[in-house]
Amino acid sequence: MSRAATTLNETAAARSRGEPGAWARLQDNRTVLGLLFLTPAAALLLVFLTYPLGLGTYLGFTDTKIGRGGAWIGLENFEFLWGDAVARLALFNTIFYTVIASVIKFALGLWLALILNQHLPFKAFFRAIVLLPFIVPTALSAIAFWWIYDSQFSILSWALTRMGLISQYIDFLGEPWNARFSTIAANIWRGVPFVAITLLAGLQTISPSYYEAASLDGASRWQQFRHVTLPLLTPIIAVVMTFSVLFTFTDFQLIYVLTRGGPLNATHLMATLSFQRAIPGGSLGEGAALATAMVPFLLAAILFSYFGLQRRAWQQGGSDK
Amino acid sequence: MSEYKRRRFLKTTAGVAAATAAGPMLWTAKDASAQWKGAPEKGASLRVLRWSRFVQGDIDQYMVNVKKFSDQFGIPVRVDNEGWEDVRPKAAVAANTGAGPDIILGTNDDANLYPDKLVDVTDVCDYLGKKYGGWYPVCEQYLKPDGKKWIGVPLGCAGNALVYRQSMLKAAGFDGVPKDTDGFLKMMKALHGKGTPGGFALGNATGDGNTWTHWVVWAFGGKMVDQNNKVVIDSPETIRALEYAKELYGTFVPGTLSWLDPNNNKAFLDGQLSVTSNGISIYYAAKNAQDPKVKELEADIFHSNFPVGPVGRPTEFNLFFNQMIFRYTKYPKAAKEFLRFMMEQEQVNPWVTASIGYVTPALQVYEQHPVWKDPKATPYRDSMKIMLPSGYAGKMGYASAGALADFIIVNMVAEAASGSKSPKEAAERAQKRAERYYKV
Repeated sequence: MSRAATTLNETAAARSRGEPGAWARLQDNRTVLGLLFLTPAAALLLVFLTYPLGLGTYLGFTDTKIGRGGAWIGLENFEFLWGDAVARLALFNTIFYTVIASVIKFALGLWLALILNQHLPFKAFFRAIVLLPFIVPTALSAIAFWWIYDSQFSILSWALTRMGLISQYIDFLGEPWNARFSTIAANIWRGVPFVAITLLAGLQTISPSYYEAASLDGASRWQQFRHVTLPLLTPIIAVVMTFSVLFTFTDFQLIYVLTRGGPLNATHLMATLSFQRAIPGGSLGEGAALATAMVPFLLAAILFSYFGLQRRAWQQGGSDK
Repeated sequence: MSEYKRRRFLKTTAGVAAATAAGPMLWTAKDASAQWKGAPEKGASLRVLRWSRFVQGDIDQYMVNVKKFSDQFGIPVRVDNEGWEDVRPKAAVAANTGAGPDIILGTNDDANLYPDKLVDVTDVCDYLGKKYGGWYPVCEQYLKPDGKKWIGVPLGCAGNALVYRQSMLKAAGFDGVPKDTDGFLKMMKALHGKGTPGGFALGNATGDGNTWTHWVVWAFGGKMVDQNNKVVIDSPETIRALEYAKELYGTFVPGTLSWLDPNNNKAFLDGQLSVTSNGISIYYAAKNAQDPKVKELEADIFHSNFPVGPVGRPTEFNLFFNQMIFRYTKYPKAAKEFLRFMMEQEQVNPWVTASIGYVTPALQVYEQHPVWKDPKATPYRDSMKIMLPSGYAGKMGYASAGALADFIIVNMVAEAASGSKSPKEAAERAQKRAERYYKV
């Protein structure tokens, strides 16, 4: 029996029972049901995502202090921040931190994924081990790095001194450029597993038959990678790098534990400066403006990875011609 | 300054030990007008938010005192602890939303951010002031902004002093820390020459970075703002201070630019530092250490106040503690009773003893507390007396709080000391940054 016929019969039966009932009809209405099912999710998103984001953006245009409501001041916070040497330095630091860390995380992550995709002894064990840095809470691993980079107790400096390679301890977090690279290294250590494991998942979806076909055509290992692996991996790369860039750009915990933005504000990221200004400093409006100022950069990163990396029609839900 | 005419110190031979025992009366008030009539609301209960302890003895004895209060008045009190830097935003939110703990123990200029949200505690402060020899003048700068009304009850401050290894100073040819900045620099140079350098935090260290950098700027007559809140940090005095800081920095152990609050404690207790600036907590840690190597340091650790600079008077900066009652409380009288009770000598005496002087009380009579007889603790006795207030020499409020939280002074001193900027450039940058807070 066709669906239409069923509905007709049911309606007729209902009518004969004399009980169409508005509620019953509503329950049958697909639009109403759809909206009903959507409501919890929409409410959650509205309350916990849209509202805070909207409020945060709004605060950025006010002079709100903690403990005191503010008035609308338009773009004043943004103008103020643009003229602020520390905020500009934080912007530079954030971009530098994100670009360097993301590129290295991608390279190392891909390399690690390719290795783990080979037939290795104890494969499952290695895959689990690789994930460890990602599993350890950032605050804890940051404290470990804080000791590793300590100006008096650094195990790296200690080991290098013992080996006779250096004569005095390296000032990892006390010299601006050292501090930038040290924090980037800690971020990379933490971020590589995420990239590696996600790319590994992508690699495993690639059918071995492509490689067989390629090798029958005489493709070298590099050509196989370049013309089979990479194109088939780009959708995953786009997603994983978008996330990686977002996480890196908005990093907070690592910097807060290691340097609090020091030395001389050389490692202040926009997120840490935003916190410093908004919470201990009490200028909620200014902190919110700093946080809001991150949005365009994040959007640009997302758009780049979507339009830059997902060039193929089939990757965007169409079909290749 | 106070109506307290003569302090009578009833000598207790038992000293520190006796003070621990249920707080014997160490002195009696001569001012008969110090009368307190409290009438806590019936059925009251209180919630207190305070900064978490720096030394264990503090919180242990504080809670004993709280229990005493509850037993005596039948008022249950719940005490919550937060890291001291987290209390500020919570207190501000409580003030803004009109809900939260009845009493908050805050720091520095907290109360000046929302004075109209706080219960007037003039009666409590007047009573305590009369009874216990008066408040130190700096208390009024913090908590009596209009000169008439107290907006909070001062608790005291976590004193900062120079912590040094006597054996190392002796080896460098010094019996103690010189009293003037020139002598101090000589000492630091000598220590450096002996391979036993000192070190002071120059990273974004809220406590240890701010205290000594403010001292050095103020010691040479530099200040963030004048009395009218006009930013005057870019001054010849500041530049002299920065030149001095640069010379001082040359004697530091390497790595101080990265130091946060815990670094100097760790390095000192590991024997790598001869001098640093800190609360009494380093000594406390050595005294109570299980590790015999650390315990050994106890005898060698001494303290001294900071040397006096060309301005000719002490210019120390310590972490000030206030006690605020919020207007939204249902039990303002019970809250006042609580603060009054906690500040009476029966409670303060054992508390100061238990925390071996970590907090220097805000009432002058406590200078006679036996804990200060220990020469190791004596410098901390004067912490309230010789400190300058936050936002000196201007008025406290959002601008002073914001400028402090943004590490403007710390960054300025660090830039000049490390040579990344010339003293003049560093002062100019600080001037610009501060002007944004003080909205020129």
